[in-house]
Amino acid sequence: MKVALFIPCYIDQFYPQVGIATLQLLEKLGCEVIFPLNQTCCGQPMANSGFEHLNKDCDNNFVENFKDFDYIVSPSGSCTLHVKEHLHGSDEQASTHIRKHLYELSEFLTDILKVESLSVQFPHRVGLHQSCHGQRGLKLAQMSELVAKPFSKTEHLLNMVDGLSLMELDRKDECCGFGGTFCVTEEAISVKMGKDRISDHTRHTVEYITGTDVSCLMHLEGILKRQGSAIKVKHIAEILNG
Amino acid sequence: MSSREKILSAIKTNQPDYQELNVQFKFESVYENLYEKFAEMLSFVGGKAMEVNSYEEIKADVRLHYHDVTNIATTIDELSELADFSLNIADPHDLETLNLAIIEGDFAVAENAAIWVSEKQLPHRALPMITQYLAIVIHKSAIITNMHRAYERVKVNETGFGTFISGPSKTADIEQSLVIGAHGARGLMVYVMN
Amino acid sequence: MNNIKQDHASASTEFNKDEAHVDWHDETLWFVRSKRDKAVFQIPEWEQLREAGSQIKNHVLSNMHDYLVEFEKKATENGIKIHWAADGQEHNEIVYSIIKNEGVNRMVKSKSMLTEECHLNEFLKEKGVEVIDSDLGERIVQMRQEPPSHIVLPAIHLKRAEVGETFHQHLGTEKGATDPQYLTEAARQHLRDTFLSRKVALTGVNFAIAETGGFVVCTNEGNADMGVHLADVHIASMGFEKIIPKVEHLGVFLRLLARSATGQPITTFSSHFHKPRAGQKMHIIIVDNGRTKQLGRPDFRNSLKCIRCAACFNTCPVYRRSGGHSYHTAIAGPIGSILAPNLDMARNADLPFASTLCGSCSNVCPVKIDIHEQLYKWRQVLVQEGHVSSVKSLGIKSMSTILSSPSFYRTAGKLGRFLMKNSPFMTNNNLNVWYQHRDMPDVPKESFREWFIREKGGK
Repeated sequence: MKVALFIPCYIDQFYPQVGIATLQLLEKLGCEVIFPLNQTCCGQPMANSGFEHLNKDCDNNFVENFKDFDYIVSPSGSCTLHVKEHLHGSDEQASTHIRKHLYELSEFLTDILKVESLSVQFPHRVGLHQSCHGQRGLKLAQMSELVAKPFSKTEHLLNMVDGLSLMELDRKDECCGFGGTFCVTEEAISVKMGKDRISDHTRHTVEYITGTDVSCLMHLEGILKRQGSAIKVKHIAEILNG
Repeated sequence: MSSREKILSAIKTNQPDYQELNVQFKFESVYENLYEKFAEMLSFVGGKAMEVNSYEEIKADVRLHYHDVTNIATTIDELSELADFSLNIADPHDLETLNLAIIEGDFAVAENAAIWVSEKQLPHRALPMITQYLAIVIHKSAIITNMHRAYERVKVNETGFGTFISGPSKTADIEQSLVIGAHGARGLMVYVMN
Repeated sequence: MNNIKQDHASASTEFNKDEAHVDWHDETLWFVRSKRDKAVFQIPEWEQLREAGSQIKNHVLSNMHDYLVEFEKKATENGIKIHWAADGQEHNEIVYSIIKNEGVNRMVKSKSMLTEECHLNEFLKEKGVEVIDSDLGERIVQMRQEPPSHIVLPAIHLKRAEVGETFHQHLGTEKGATDPQYLTEAARQHLRDTFLSRKVALTGVNFAIAETGGFVVCTNEGNADMGVHLADVHIASMGFEKIIPKVEHLGVFLRLLARSATGQPITTFSSHFHKPRAGQKMHIIIVDNGRTKQLGRPDFRNSLKCIRCAACFNTCPVYRRSGGHSYHTAIAGPIGSILAPNLDMARNADLPFASTLCGSCSNVCPVKIDIHEQLYKWRQVLVQEGHVSSVKSLGIKSMSTILSSPSFYRTAGKLGRFLMKNSPFMTNNNLNVWYQHRDMPDVPKESFREWFIREKGGK
């Protein structure tokens, strides 16, 4: 299966190991992975700040890079959701194609590759941070607000990892406060939300916080490091890749 | 142009295209035992239910629980001997000193312990709120499942006023601490007649 | 409208100076959210019920004109006098004229967010009319001369000691007393005197029924009933969006409202008014105050479906940590942030940005308003209408240029990971803002792209 990899800009620049893990994991699972070299960004930072109208060129560049693929995979729920909801390049047909064929990594592993087992181990206590855009936007897991049957694509995958104990949290799907530009325009609340998420994980003695979004993890990692905490963050791709 | 015309004309211009209403909006609630569900919910909202077989039992219970209470009024003929306070007054302000009102409820809803009382049961609208304590008598056969059934049963505009009462008056406005007896009755006893 | 003292971000910074208080506020409201969860999970058809509530309201929006005309006709036949107010000012003047007509100068009022929105109390005070708010929480904030911080729990920002001090000053309770039972009893006595002595009582309206010309008022305390049943005149103020078609639809809304609000199965009193009692006068004031304009905005009109349960407040991780006053508008929280820009874009331009767009608000909304999507859309409108600072615009524009061009992006990346300085979350060169409480990520020696080209030869 031929898969195009969409690596969001901050993963490319700051967390290359997440891109590498994603690529290796997909290859291990038998995919032929293409990385279109001229990709830049999904346009979300501008759009969430109210500047969606400036995204035409960015959207066109995205379409140009990904229009020829039937599977596009990204290790970011947030960027995936943004593209799925807002990508409108000049070529609307190609844009629609991309919106329908873009998958967040754990969604792709669960729904398309139908992964049922992985031979990796991670003998640690892990807390799952459910990123809002992945969870509520892409429905990677059932949302605590809804009266509906529980499920979780991410937990399902993490449970395949040998030795990994998933720790239960008090507030299993509360936002971490990153929120794009929110993290600086509303700095006080953003930091407080992050600290409170971390306390929840700390109370439940996790060693690693994992999740589907590097943006959230970067925010949490920033606070953890400042606190001198021993808790580390790892993107789900890094754990699943072993 | 009057404000009425201005508002209505702006609404006409701005409202979206007509959208039919064809969604299911009534649902069944299934409870093994309607009385037990009602009693459980009533207790949850701070009231108390008691099954009785006769008005004599109600009298005995009132005499037991409100033995030192004066200024008791009732709208129920069978209980008139408990009353020392006449509701035959013109001004509802005269209800100010009422300590216990015993009234009839039209029917009750199991899912939320709400009891419908209207001007058919109430000589004064203020009665169930102004009294210090409230007791309502309902018939067991008049407990229904949920609010959808309730609105099928009641004609809300049969009188000028009617209300669903679910438990005693309460507030949690100070630090979310529940306090029973905000402005209305400090306690609600529901006698459920078999 | 007056300029605001502080925008949401500055007010939140202020609020967060006392972290223990923020923790308490957050936990208290999360407790309410948890009670809501407990209640709704007992209703297997909950999601269908939300859909029903949503569809009924959609239908009402699409037939608003006819339903209002029907409601007016039926209510008038019931002996209720209907008034129409184009804005808050006209609403307030109508209330004043009714009070004056009765020859009195005081009134008791139960909770009505509409009157907060219209600033009725201030207006009447200037006219020499004393208004006493009878909802306990509202009475507390009224004594403190503060606005409510929450539409269902007006005094939720206060601790019991603060309430105790306020009551000591205003009601003569013992100094240092903090027992909620004792304080509530003091308020009960004080407000009972008020109920017994006021000839005019005003209430809000939760639902107005077109079919019968009646309306429903929901309270837990019984304060609306105590006020109006002892008054000669009942004034009910309603935004026109409170209308519902038929009595049978109340089944849906009364099942949704209290469970969403506080986790109760229904409010203690759900009072249905159709006619004034003998000798009493009953008025309904139907208010526009910007609602027709909102109705004309396709992206935002369904905010008018709101039934004011405040579930979106309680679940909002931002609201819980910023407090209601940080929203500087009568209706705070997520719903307030999509209602307020309609009333005054310049004044409320900060509010749609006071969200992480986490989406929890839309999930708890009993009438399925797409709150977080509207927050996103308001951001676009506010930028296009020029309500976002030019500094921010400039930063975003240069970021957009970089991210639109692959070669520029690569160059910028190589030049010391351009994101460090120009990244989305660091616009305005706000690097220091991130760094205040968070470390920066370690800078890797190569980007993913560089690794890929090195490892895979760019294929």
